[in-house]
Order: sequence, then structure tokens, then C-alpha cells
Amino acid sequence: MPVEYSGIAKEHTAVRTAAGLFDVSHMGEFEVTGPHALDLIQFITSNDASHLIDGQAQYSALTTSEGAAVDDLIVYRDAHDRFTLVVNAANIDIDLEWIRTHNAAGAQVEDVSDKTGLLALQGPRAAEILQPLTDVPLSRVSSYHFVSGTVLGVNARVSRTGYTGEDGFELYFPASASEKLWTGILKAGGSAGLLPAGLGARNTLRLEAKLLLYGNDLDRTTTLLEAGLGWIVKVDKGDFIGRDALIKQKAEGLRRKLCGFVMLGRDIARDHYPVYVNGAEVSHVTSGSPSITLKQNIGLTYLPVEHAAPGTKLEVSVRGRACEAEVVRTPFYKRKDS
Amino acid sequence: MNPQDLLYSKEHEWIRIAGDIGTVGITDHAQAELGDVIYVELPEAGARVEAGKALGTIESVKAVSEIFSPVSGEIIEVNKDLTGAPETVNTDPYGKAWLVRIRMDKGPATGLMSADQYNAYTAG
Repeated sequence: MPVEYSGIAKEHTAVRTAAGLFDVSHMGEFEVTGPHALDLIQFITSNDASHLIDGQAQYSALTTSEGAAVDDLIVYRDAHDRFTLVVNAANIDIDLEWIRTHNAAGAQVEDVSDKTGLLALQGPRAAEILQPLTDVPLSRVSSYHFVSGTVLGVNARVSRTGYTGEDGFELYFPASASEKLWTGILKAGGSAGLLPAGLGARNTLRLEAKLLLYGNDLDRTTTLLEAGLGWIVKVDKGDFIGRDALIKQKAEGLRRKLCGFVMLGRDIARDHYPVYVNGAEVSHVTSGSPSITLKQNIGLTYLPVEHAAPGTKLEVSVRGRACEAEVVRTPFYKRKDS
Repeated sequence: MNPQDLLYSKEHEWIRIAGDIGTVGITDHAQAELGDVIYVELPEAGARVEAGKALGTIESVKAVSEIFSPVSGEIIEVNKDLTGAPETVNTDPYGKAWLVRIRMDKGPATGLMSADQYNAYTAG
């Protein structure tokens, strides 16, 4: 997947106003099957997968015993004894090892990443572009649900999920059909303003929507609570790795949390730039970029809770110069119909 | 195509030399690599610059990149139009998007390439 095709700004705007197509086949997919599939998933992830029905998906995380993230992922329930986990590309081997190590439940786990193609069709016009190409009635597929059907004659899982903050679909299919679907969908959507989109736009889009990037905003040093992912921590579901640590941290209170900020001047905060409060270095930028939609320069950083309130003034060191920033509510961008 | 009447640096700047004045910009190759340019930071007129040292920065959506001076001398003029229209760097890198004019120190500029040499340099 290239960084850009026609330009990050152009691709980004296409996704916000029409549609963009991303080839994210590099993502990892694991099939978890057998009578103990749910038991394994419940033990290794923080969210509660027992409430899922067939054809439903959920955002979740693989947790360490400290309540930090081995990875963030999507759990798809195909059937009561068949689930698919979609994980970050850079973590495929690490996750697989982690899951197998903690598979006391005895589920079958198979890495099908190499066999699986994945295209993300994202944007307000995604449904109208996709509908003529598929037998799946898209109006009946709600957010975080999926249906198996065909797209351009290829067997595919059509999932109403994404990583852009827009409506859209992720299509999972046999990897051998990647070229056919990529070309066919782009051709069909051209008149609606569909553009191929790359990693650059994927990053600016997800950051505006405050969707976290593993390795930047979330890793094995940040707990799910600190990352603002308390909504996927379900301590009442029963035991899971990291449960005790997360209960304890919630009871004791957080010392720091992931916050959004905007730069007050024209300077752009980039990943890893140091962050200061009242002249003291407190953190670094975990993700920083121009926001194409908002025409402001935005970023995320972990801040001590006493400096985390919206309106708090920060300084970001931009190549040695202290540049003013301010903590703001997130997400930076929320689509109007959501 | 890279204009024949310019000289080029390994860091992808161009310079047009007329007498002891050099006009500097970044090449088409450089702007294409950067992608959408959104911010250009340049020194004030009067500042001293050294060949091979940073004279400013260009930021695109995806990255920040330093601009290296192809020659040593004194900045005598800065292209103020780029403040309000940084995207000109993408659309007209050899024309309206010149960055600075430098009164060059005496002596020949060294380490620069002709257009043909630069074409070969970027082709690899």
C-alpha cells in the first residue's frame, strides 16, 4: 500500500465528501474455531464478545496482565463456534504467539492473513457505489455488522466498519481476487468521485476521528484506561488477562490519559515531538499531523490528569522552538449523521 | 523536465545564478516526494547561509523536510507569497515557488550538478 496515489489531501477530502478505496490486505486475520472459541476470546480480550450475535463485530484489545495493549483488533462472530480476529499487520506474529500461549481453553487458531484480501471502501458515497456490485442488501447492514455475499461475483464478507470516521465497508475475500475487486470497484465508483487512497490519508483520516494507531497511541506501556478505551473494558464479563490491573487502576484513578490538542499557531506537531506544560517536559506527541478537514494542526499526547482538561495550554517543541497548543475535546472530527 | 539553465544539489534544490545573485528553490523531484506542501519556513533577509546547511524547512501533510542551501552567502530576498500559498511549491517549483535570493560569497559554487547530471542522479 503506497503512502499516496494522487496526494494525501485530495484522497482525504475524497473520503470525507465522496469515497476512497484502500487496499489494506496487509492486515492480519486469524480464524478462531471450535467449541471453546468464545472462551479463548473472552480470556484474551478486554471487551465482552459473549453479547455478539452471528454477523456482528466489535472493537477490542488483546491485553497484558498490566492492562496494557498487545494489540487492538476487531472481533467478528461468524457463528457461535467460529470467530475471526482482525489484527494489525506489524503484530501478526506477536499476536499469534500470544494467543497460542494463552490458549488454555483449547480453541483452534489459524492464521489466514496470507489467504485473505481486504479492501476498505470508505466515505458518504460508499454504499451507493457498492450496492450495484453486491447481492448484499447494504441498507440492512448496520454499523459493526457484516453479511457474507458476493462482490463482483467474488465471495466476500461485507462489513460495515472502517478506520476513517466515515460510513463505509470493509470487504474480506480470497486474496487471489484482490486485483479484480480493486480495479472493478474503482471503475464503478469513478463517476461518484471514488479515488484510490493510501496510507497517508488513512492516517490523517483516522487521527481526525481519534481512532488510535497501535505503536503510536497505544502499546504495551499504555493501559486501555489511559488510552481512553474504558468503553472496551468489561470487567463484569468474567476473568481475562489484565482484568485485575484494570480494576485496580480504575479504583485508584488514572495518573495520565490520552488527550487531543490543537496547535495555536501554524507550526505542525509531528510524532515524537516533546510536550511541555509550564516549561516542564511532561510527554511527547504520539500522533501529530495537519488536519485536512479542519485546517488546523492536531495531535494526541498522554498528559498528567491535572493538565488534561480541555483549554489547558501546552507547548510542543517544534525543532527546538516552543509552540503553543491547547487541549481540546475529541474526536477532532465527527461526521454529521453519526 | 528540469530546466537546463539551472544547477542542482544532491539534496534536491536548484539555483539560478545571475552575476553574484543566486535564486534558490526545490526541484520537481523534491516536491513530488514531499507531496502536498502546506507550510514553508524561511529565514529573514539579511541572514547568513552556508552551503550544505539548512536554510529553512518545508512541511507537507506527511513530513517535514529541511531545505539545504546550495551556496554560501547572504539572504537578500525571501518569497513572501509562499506564506499564503505554499501549494505553489507543488504546482510551479521552478517558477513562482522560488524560495530565496542569495548574494553569493566570492568564488565558484562547488558540488552542484547540471540538469543532465541531475536527471541521471534522480533516475537511479
